[in-house]
Amino acid sequence: MARRVSNRRKTLVTIVAWAVGIAIFFPILWTILTSFKTEAEAIASPPKFLFFDWTLENYAEVNSRSNYFLHFMNSVIISVGSTLLGLAIAIPAAWSMAFVPGKRTKDVLMWMLSTKMLPPVGVLIPIYLLFRDSGLLDTRLGLVIVLTLINLPIIVWMLFTYFKEIPGEILEAARMDGAGLWEEVVHVLTPMAVPGIASTLLLNIILAWNEAFWTLNLTAAKAAPLTAFIASYSSPEGLFYAKLSAASTLAIAPILVLGWFSQKQLVRGLTFGAVK
Amino acid sequence: MATAHSRVAARFMISPAVLLLLGWMIVPLSMTIYFSFLSYNLLMPGMEEFIGFTNYRFFLTDPAFFAALANTLLLVGGVLVITIVGGTALALLLDQPFWGQGIVRILVIAPFFVMPTVSALVWKNMFMNPVNGLFAHLAKAIGLEPFDFLAHAPLASIILIVAWQWLPFATLILLTALQSLDQEQLEASEMDGANFGNRFIYIVLPHMARAITVVVLIQTIFLLSVFAEILVTTNGGPGYASTNITYLVYAQSLLQFDVGGGSAGGIVAVILANIVAVFLMRMIGKNLEA
Repeated sequence: MARRVSNRRKTLVTIVAWAVGIAIFFPILWTILTSFKTEAEAIASPPKFLFFDWTLENYAEVNSRSNYFLHFMNSVIISVGSTLLGLAIAIPAAWSMAFVPGKRTKDVLMWMLSTKMLPPVGVLIPIYLLFRDSGLLDTRLGLVIVLTLINLPIIVWMLFTYFKEIPGEILEAARMDGAGLWEEVVHVLTPMAVPGIASTLLLNIILAWNEAFWTLNLTAAKAAPLTAFIASYSSPEGLFYAKLSAASTLAIAPILVLGWFSQKQLVRGLTFGAVK
Repeated sequence: MATAHSRVAARFMISPAVLLLLGWMIVPLSMTIYFSFLSYNLLMPGMEEFIGFTNYRFFLTDPAFFAALANTLLLVGGVLVITIVGGTALALLLDQPFWGQGIVRILVIAPFFVMPTVSALVWKNMFMNPVNGLFAHLAKAIGLEPFDFLAHAPLASIILIVAWQWLPFATLILLTALQSLDQEQLEASEMDGANFGNRFIYIVLPHMARAITVVVLIQTIFLLSVFAEILVTTNGGPGYASTNITYLVYAQSLLQFDVGGGSAGGIVAVILANIVAVFLMRMIGKNLEA
């Protein structure tokens, strides 16, 4: 039985909830608005909210003054590349743990999780030196490798919790019909696993896009993704609010959209299935 | 039943992931441990020598370490308090029926998707800047002196920025937990005359206890490693006022090129994180059996 709620109460909750929601969202809204102002209007006192001359010049400036497109593409290549590579390694692993569990499956899963708990500074120096000596510093390949490894436990875990929900009887039936392991994976399992794989892909692209420890420490001008590029605006001479806002808006917009689609997976993925 | 054949295949399929993670963990970590016993500075190559626990002694007795340890605890604790209390309140609010639920929820979770360098710079420049920031404008509008947040309260400002980023995560998970609460139980207690406070303490809170624990543990793991927000706002300063362990190790190894000392600090950070990790793993492991 649904609870009956008086309209007065509902109106009150609506007002409070919207006020709180807008307050939390406000820094993002303000960044988007500022990106359409001129530099003078961006620091005008008192601040202008909506009534200013809307302009797109910052977006043009950001693109022409810096190699914005390069950094954007770096972000795309690094986040998508590390995610696809991670999936290629994790899908067979998660599949075998979900459908052919052994005595030590649980231990393996827990151990994988424990690698995620390793603080990055614990391995910063060796990775930095190994990268320096092998020429991987400031390359996209280097970051793809590191981000694949740091997100692999999350990918395996997410896939595992999804695969666990696929009924094993279907696989047995396929086996009875004479399907080999390969056919089983390609024709039976994959179609059923696609939604779980898609959610994992989405969440992992978001995590990789926003990763800001390794991207800041292992890149310079060439392979820097947007996280590192935006950080260059922290120097005093880069203090242009409108341009910072335009660059920031472009950097967060694609992930904001992806993120809104992945609300549910977020809970599952980031709690390793502990909260569903 | 799995056949022997498929067991072998399964072992084969799992091995790339296991070997890669094993390599990722063991190779660099043993290198860090090895470096931590060396006198090793990148500016003086070829001068490495074994010096036992000297790096640890220096790191652990350095006043900067105590400052960084205190800052790390304050940062983690501060963000946890804000996000758990705020997240619980928000989850209770969003769980009520109201118009536009979907849109408000989207607004509330948005900060989680903003990359750390963007949120830190937006807060630093457009809100906390003592001349042009929105807070300064607000202060002037009501006749107050603008406050230079990052100069006079650097750690508190960083706590605010990081809490803003993590509030959506706490809210989302606590809301998910709240939605699985049995409504009939609540109604029954309401009919028995339990007021909001009683219902919250005796029914809602025990139901959410598990989710709250998960939020605390997972956030702690991530919050111990806060880095980008410090790098782009204060560089750990003024002095060591906003340096956490992660930033201290970074500064020692990549800014001062002291590989030995930085490695010792890195191992200390690993040990601290492991203390938290043990509890988290136990919680998640329990869930795996259920």
